[in-house]
Amino acid sequence: MATRSYTSRRELEQHSFSPAVAILVPLAAVLLQALLPRPFPRLAILDLPLIITVFFAVSRRNPVAGTFTGAAIGLLQDALTNQPIGVNGMSKSVIGFIAASIGIQIDVENLTTRVFINFGFFLLNSFLLFLINRRLLGLTNFHILWLHELIRAAVNTAVALPIFFLLDNAKRRE
Amino acid sequence: MESFVTRYKNVLVLVAILLAQTIGLAVQVRRPVESGAPDSSSVTLLRYWAVSSVTPFERFFHGLGYNVRSGWSNYIYLRHTRQQNHDLQQQIARLRLEQAALSEDAIQGHRLQALLGFQQHYVSATVAAQVIGTSGNDLSRVLYIDKGSRNGLKPDQAVITPDGIIGKLRDVFPHTSQVLLINDQTSGAGVLLASTRLRAILRGTTTGQIVINNLTPDSRIKVGEQVLTSGGDQVYPRGLPVGTIESIAPDPDHQPYTLIKLRPAANLNQLEEVLVITATQSTLPLPAQHDLAVGAATAKQVADQQAAEAAAKSAAQIVADRLPSLHDPDHPDTDATPAAAGGPPGGIVPKPLPTLHPDRYTTGATPPAADLKPGAPETNTPASIPSQTSSPTTQQPITQQPPATTKPRKPQSPADSTQTPNPQPLTTNH
Repeated sequence: MATRSYTSRRELEQHSFSPAVAILVPLAAVLLQALLPRPFPRLAILDLPLIITVFFAVSRRNPVAGTFTGAAIGLLQDALTNQPIGVNGMSKSVIGFIAASIGIQIDVENLTTRVFINFGFFLLNSFLLFLINRRLLGLTNFHILWLHELIRAAVNTAVALPIFFLLDNAKRRE
Repeated sequence: MESFVTRYKNVLVLVAILLAQTIGLAVQVRRPVESGAPDSSSVTLLRYWAVSSVTPFERFFHGLGYNVRSGWSNYIYLRHTRQQNHDLQQQIARLRLEQAALSEDAIQGHRLQALLGFQQHYVSATVAAQVIGTSGNDLSRVLYIDKGSRNGLKPDQAVITPDGIIGKLRDVFPHTSQVLLINDQTSGAGVLLASTRLRAILRGTTTGQIVINNLTPDSRIKVGEQVLTSGGDQVYPRGLPVGTIESIAPDPDHQPYTLIKLRPAANLNQLEEVLVITATQSTLPLPAQHDLAVGAATAKQVADQQAAEAAAKSAAQIVADRLPSLHDPDHPDTDATPAAAGGPPGGIVPKPLPTLHPDRYTTGATPPAADLKPGAPETNTPASIPSQTSSPTTQQPITQQPPATTKPRKPQSPADSTQTPNPQPLTTNH
């Protein structure tokens, strides 16, 4: 498989997706996230909606679109939990924005870059959730186990890579 | 101004979205006040839309998997089913006997509770439901079941399995309900330690454990103690299993309290079917009353059977059981195999009691033969005791002699001497 590299900003293209992919893929991610932990409780460590948020954000390279995508996916995820609606919405909005901004600056189709950005965004998501729960919601008994979060980030990065390659086929160049 | 908006359009959009969600969070956390309570109507509407869009898919995939699994396990994979059936029937028979033994106590307990005016709540109606999905977030431990308000479910109803409590209903939709598990960080339940009868409050943690952290150190609390619901929270009926104590340690965050971690009685990670308690009543439900009556009848039947067996015992056997024997009840194993232990064939022979007034016939009064000399002058030693020997050739003719006269004779064996504690003089006829 040939690897493409971009040497100038001009070559960095914005990708778009068909409406079916843009709607169904996030829905499928949320649905799988709700279904999988019931037969396989260990899979609750996954965060498929965040993987999809990062992918769409870095592919579109549009911070506004990334923010809206993150907000929509996060709010849908919140609606299925018992948490106040907006906790995941806020964190994924921020991540969508940053991921799209990074996508403009660097080549995010490189494998090594994908590993680093996924790992970093999962840690950032944990930190944002900690801030929102601890500071905004005032949950003083909310603790975060950083070793667990590191493992979670590593596992999700490993799962994100094949998903990214799979979804690369759904890109449309503008 | 236009250039400012155009230049910072991306950041402004982000700030606007974050601001809107922050306001939304503020509205939600203002109410409800208590944790684990259902949301306000506007939030419920949002959740209802989301749940309504997701649960049809969850139902479909759950139904697909359920049918495949049930088809496999009910029609194809039937190994050991006959053996399991046999074991279960034996278990039912054993449980019936246990029920019979406990039913009298239970009836008496209910009678005393009625006399003392105790208010007890019994589960009178439940709705069985299947788990179709989760929240998909390990910070939010909730489940979705396939029954809702159309099936008579309401918020704050307890959800249990035969093993123990699971949680309570949080949001109830027409065809679906959200179950808040007891290991969620917003959960709580009133519990009772089974053996020490200490009351406590159970809480979930962010890591999915259930803990008690409102008890001070107490040496009576042991690892492995069972924990039951206390009924004080008005959600879970009293006496349902919650779990067992797994560890006890000082709570680093709340000194001087202890942090008691519990192992849940029900497996909260692998739930297929649950029961929602929809009604309780102060009297024992009719099926339970019927079970108690059956148990009491079985107990009476067993007692009658035992009485008949006792009457059928022969009087001779009863007398034989009651007669004293040489067997020492304190050491049953010593008389079980005397030959193997090296003892005499007839078992241990009891020694005679010491004589109050010894005379010449008293056992042991005869001097040993080694001390006697033929033709020696008579002494005032106690008279000789005639011996019993089995062989007439070795037995000397013995006649009753005056007390002062002694005759030399063979030494007696210890067994013979002990067997004749009060021997009479013998006369042989040759």
